[in-house]
Amino acid sequence: MQNPSKPDWDELARRPGFQALIDAKKRFIVPCCIFFLLYYSALLYLVGWHPELMKKPLIGKVNGAYLFALSQFAMAWGMAWLYMRKAASYDRMAAEVIRDVNH
Amino acid sequence: MTIAMFLAFVLATLGITVWSARKNTGSSAYFAAGRSITGWQNGLAVAGDYMSAASFLGISGMIAFFGYDGFMYSVGFLVAYLTVLFVVAEPLRNAGKYTMADLLAYRLQARPVRAAASLSTLTVSTFYMVAQMIGAGVLVSTLLKDYGWISANGAIAGVGVLMIIYVIFGGMRGTTWVQIIKAILLMAATFVLSFLVMKHYDFSFAKFFDAIANLSYQDAKGNEVTRNFLDPGWKFGAAATAGTGGWGPLDLVSLGLALVLGTAGLPHVLVRFYTVPDAKTARVSVIWAMIIIGVFYLLTTFLGFGAATLLKPHNIANENMAAPELAHFLGGDVFFAFISAVAFATILAVVAGLTISASTSFAHDFYTNVLNHGKEVAPHKEVRIARIAAFFVGAISIGLAIVFQNINVAFLVGLAFAVAASANLPVIVLSVFWKRFNTAGAVAGLLVGLAGSILLIIISPSVMGVDGPEVAAAKRRLIQAPALFPLTNPGIVSIPLGFLAAILGTLVGKREPESEAKFAEFSVRAHTGLGAEKASDH
Repeated sequence: MQNPSKPDWDELARRPGFQALIDAKKRFIVPCCIFFLLYYSALLYLVGWHPELMKKPLIGKVNGAYLFALSQFAMAWGMAWLYMRKAASYDRMAAEVIRDVNH
Repeated sequence: MTIAMFLAFVLATLGITVWSARKNTGSSAYFAAGRSITGWQNGLAVAGDYMSAASFLGISGMIAFFGYDGFMYSVGFLVAYLTVLFVVAEPLRNAGKYTMADLLAYRLQARPVRAAASLSTLTVSTFYMVAQMIGAGVLVSTLLKDYGWISANGAIAGVGVLMIIYVIFGGMRGTTWVQIIKAILLMAATFVLSFLVMKHYDFSFAKFFDAIANLSYQDAKGNEVTRNFLDPGWKFGAAATAGTGGWGPLDLVSLGLALVLGTAGLPHVLVRFYTVPDAKTARVSVIWAMIIIGVFYLLTTFLGFGAATLLKPHNIANENMAAPELAHFLGGDVFFAFISAVAFATILAVVAGLTISASTSFAHDFYTNVLNHGKEVAPHKEVRIARIAAFFVGAISIGLAIVFQNINVAFLVGLAFAVAASANLPVIVLSVFWKRFNTAGAVAGLLVGLAGSILLIIISPSVMGVDGPEVAAAKRRLIQAPALFPLTNPGIVSIPLGFLAAILGTLVGKREPESEAKFAEFSVRAHTGLGAEKASDH
């Protein structure tokens, strides 16, 4: 809206670079979302319906339930780190798409 | 002592508010801090907005009384940020201006969508806020019981008045700095407490976990029991909930879903991403928030299990007092005063964050775009409306909190998450990813998600149930009849319901060629940041 000449949005959206950006994002984000939801649901499921299995002490007194819960923290941080790295390439692709648009 | 620390925090934050009031010129400054907050600052502020009294006091208490099951909250609260990171933060920053509704209204018909989104924002914020203020009342009246002149009602009103001052004068910048200071204080307090707990166990994890696994205490009936507090199931297990139908495991799943999907729909978290210069900084701030929030929730292990093993559950006055009492046990009166002041600061800051998001939504969505048909309102007028709205939001919450002060706080917060997950998240996701999505779908999704989750809560065991004569009048449930819905957390039903309504509404409503035509524009803006709101100069 602040631009003196309105960008041609439809033309921008049809650019191969933009399609490639959307595809690249989807290829990463969709599997990641499915994975983290499944990984988290697995904890809820095991704790809720297989408590005996999760109560087994694995390291000293520390049991599977607590270790699996801790691994959720590692999982969340790991995925955030992965995304952070991936996103740098999305930023480059996005900049490339709108390089010749004055903004 | 305690009261001196309370006052020190209040004075410091009022100072910030005065300082930022001088810098608040224009609506972008008032609503979005001039979009000039940096990544780590906003990360701290997001964490500050998010780590409410329910987290600090509530989770430590839950772990102290129920062990492992309380820790499940900690896990859900962090994992939730992956939804924010992957799906919401960047498109929101790129395509919106001040509120969640900006994203939804971008290519849909503005008036109906904004009206529905504003209703859901105000509902979520009010539930959340009333919960915090009731918590403040309980906390202050318990902590300051030596000062007889401070009542629970007085504490609620005091918190309300203070936060109205922060928000009306300080705007988003003042509120942001209150969050940052509070987040730093809370983290410092948590680290020191965890350190003292481990010092007690000679810094040996083996000793610490041995104590947790063999915890002897008196149960509610006064019998001496020894339990392994690392075992899951003391709260949500099928055996623990057998008396109410054994729905515990499903309730846990339902709660987990609401936490993980609701965070990305909490208006006071979403508006934080407008305070940064661009989408990249928004992303960086989510990462910072995840580091801080993650460390904090990991440390609830020491707060909760520390309180359980060192104090024993039967010696703790009530669930919300586990962390302050642990501080008293380990650090004496001064540390107790410090921890209490931090808990108070936490409540104050979260309430201020909620007020600003609610009043912004009222001014920007409802007043400007619904009542005035989106005609440009002079910026100073929009800010004035927001200030007036902040006053009323605060006043109404004070009233509600005083009237409902006996309602369970966790239930109100759970309701806020459930409404956010059921009403807000489905329409955010669909409007970003589905070209065919239309106005009918958005309104249907918002309203069905909102009404569905509230209705399910009303007929759940939190509100309905038959209490025996032994239950004190203040704790009796509102409707004395068998609950119609077995779960206390509605998420597992209401979230799919919200998605279903949004999808069916879209398919049943007629196609909107204009909305679909604007999808290209929306996508380019959302994914490249072209034409996004810029940081202002001051």
